[in-house]
Amino acid sequence: MGRSSTTKDAQALFQSLRSAYVATPNNLKIIDLYILFALFTAVIQVGYMAVVGSFPFNSFLSGVLSCVGTAVLAVSLRIQVNKDNKEFKDLPPERAFADFVLCNLVLHLVIMNFLG
Amino acid sequence: MARDLRFLVLAGLLLAASCESAVFSPVSESHRSAALELFSPAHGSFGSLEETYEALKTFEVLGIEKKNDLRTSSCTSVADTLRSTSSALKDFFHALRVNSILKCKLNSETFRGAESRLKGSLHDGNSLIEFYYSIGGLVLLKDQTSEVDVHLTDADRIFRSIKALGQSDGRWRLSSNNPESSNNAAGIALEALAGVISLASPHVDHSLITTLKNDILKLFDGIERYDDGTCYFDEKHVGARGHQSPLSASASVVRGITAIAAVTSENLNLPGEKILGLAKFFLGVGIPGSAQDLYHQIDALNCLENIRGSTPLILSLPATVISVTKKDQIKVRVSTVLGSPAPTLSVRLMQIFISGTKDASVIDKKLTFDAASGMHVLETLPESIDVGSYIFSFEIIFDTPEHKKNYATGGRTKVPIHITGAIKIASAEIAILDGDHGSVETQRKLNLPGDNDVALSANHLQKLRLSFDLTTPSGNAFKPHQAFLKLRHESGVEHIFLVGTSGKKFEIILDFLGLVEKFFYLSGRYDIQLTVGDFNMENSFLQPLGYIELDLPEAPEKAARPPPQPVDPYSRYGPKAEISHIFRAPEKRPPKELSLAFLGLVLLPFFGFLAGLIHLRANLKNFPKSTVPSTFASLFHLGIAAVLALYALFWLKLDLFTTLKSLGLLGMFLMFVGHKTLSHLASTSAKLKSS
Repeated sequence: MGRSSTTKDAQALFQSLRSAYVATPNNLKIIDLYILFALFTAVIQVGYMAVVGSFPFNSFLSGVLSCVGTAVLAVSLRIQVNKDNKEFKDLPPERAFADFVLCNLVLHLVIMNFLG
Repeated sequence: MARDLRFLVLAGLLLAASCESAVFSPVSESHRSAALELFSPAHGSFGSLEETYEALKTFEVLGIEKKNDLRTSSCTSVADTLRSTSSALKDFFHALRVNSILKCKLNSETFRGAESRLKGSLHDGNSLIEFYYSIGGLVLLKDQTSEVDVHLTDADRIFRSIKALGQSDGRWRLSSNNPESSNNAAGIALEALAGVISLASPHVDHSLITTLKNDILKLFDGIERYDDGTCYFDEKHVGARGHQSPLSASASVVRGITAIAAVTSENLNLPGEKILGLAKFFLGVGIPGSAQDLYHQIDALNCLENIRGSTPLILSLPATVISVTKKDQIKVRVSTVLGSPAPTLSVRLMQIFISGTKDASVIDKKLTFDAASGMHVLETLPESIDVGSYIFSFEIIFDTPEHKKNYATGGRTKVPIHITGAIKIASAEIAILDGDHGSVETQRKLNLPGDNDVALSANHLQKLRLSFDLTTPSGNAFKPHQAFLKLRHESGVEHIFLVGTSGKKFEIILDFLGLVEKFFYLSGRYDIQLTVGDFNMENSFLQPLGYIELDLPEAPEKAARPPPQPVDPYSRYGPKAEISHIFRAPEKRPPKELSLAFLGLVLLPFFGFLAGLIHLRANLKNFPKSTVPSTFASLFHLGIAAVLALYALFWLKLDLFTTLKSLGLLGMFLMFVGHKTLSHLASTSAKLKSS
């Protein structure tokens, strides 16, 4: 009894989340997709490490940190371009994108240096 | 092993022979080959006329025919020197000396010119060397031609002026203003004075010759001598002609004496023993290493061979090691120093000394002369002679009394002789005795010298006994120099014991109870080795006998540790242990397929991302349409691509500095186009909003 109600509650919760997410602007959805892409790539690399071992450890770290870093930067971008976020109301999304590009380039310079 | 021992014995014999060094052999074939080697002219001629003379004289004495090879070039040089008025007196003299051997064709004018030159310098001369060269030159001229008159009318004056340089001890000074005197100068002076005597037209005053005889005897008083009878004239003077060795000084004196003996009719009464000593000195030099020394040696020996009144005779033995097992005979050769046979004489064996002791047995036995070989042979050894080292004393006795006047034999000649033989080894046995009663536990016969392989075992309460008898071929007891028993443990620790003797019997008893400490309480297998050696023993041996298994008690705590075994010194030069380098083992790499599979897997999210974009209907409609902004936008994207490509290059091959330089340039460009593009987009969106 309780269990079916929990399931139902959960279903209802997911329903509401989905309906709320549908309303999200398309550009934020693209950023979310990008974040997911980066995170999945990182997860696959961690899986590879678990299977094979961490031998070229710096390479593994570079690969994972590249993905995680990109994801974090994308999250920042998402925060900045979100129209509902009142904190960055005055900040144009183009400026945020420029920051994102710059940060990504710096991050990857370091990653490439660390890659070995 | 046996060969090593034989070598040792040989070395010992050589050493013994060289220590006493009383055997001198006359000049032999080896001198001839040495002469050919030392006097080898460069490009067909020698450096100077002096060298040419030394070579020619040496060859002449040794009977080597090489005159014709040198004749052409040497004769040219001789003629040039004699004709030239500017050539030095020394060269003049040497040219005439060379000519005395080569007999070059020279005209009488040359001889006359030479004569006036020599006589002129004889008048002006005041140093010994000048007198020597002038008078020597005139003597040579006298022998070479009869066309010139070389007689000296003022012979007495010249004789006195040379004599004035003589010292009271028989030595001479080189010039009146040089206070140092030398034996070398004495030889030169005697030769010059002999020349004066032979050239004097009215004979030289007889009293002068008598004083000269006394001078010679005084000179002989200052001779140096060794214990074995060798005599020589030492030379301390270092003059203008450089350091003179005893060899050249002695040779010079011998030349002088021979010249004097040749020109005077009197008997010089030379001490025969010292003349023989000088001959031994020149022969004892062996084969000199330098050409000049060889010349001095050979020339002096030639002089001694021809010295009037006391030609030394050398008694030599072809072999001083005589084997009784081979029934060798003692052979003695008597010859002159240059190896020519002696007159008829007999050799007697007078005494035999036992080496190392004063005991002597008087024999007085005549050696039989074998005319075919020219040797005097002692056919049978005296009864009392057994294996051992002896000194034989021989005496030369002339058959005709006249010979005694003409030859110097120097009394008795002592020669060290080694009599060798095979030693009989009998009743050799090795036994293990019981400690308490001394009763024999095990006993093995040994075959010595021969192969033995005994296997014994003993404990610390028992004893090891080794015994054997040594007898010489004539049945006497023999005591070798070396009789050692060696025990060698497996670990390399060695113990050497001297085998004691009582009469014929050699015996050693090793009481292991008293030796446990010396053996470092090391139980186990000990190899036994026996050495019996003597240089008169022809069958000396060093051989393993087998082994003994010792059972010794446990070492107490305070017991001495066995010493570390010395490292073989030769191993220092052998190959070193190989160094193997240890590299870090390569990390385990996953199989290639797995890595490739994961590469594909990593790409999957990217495709998911693209699919998601399509699903979200993402598009590029916001891309600027007009020319300028679209160019900037494309350049912006190209710039990013360029930076990423640069990163890829950085990863593949570039270094950080090159990358940062390029990155700076690209970054500026990127900022410019990025700013243009993004500000354009911003203005578009602002316009959109406001509208």
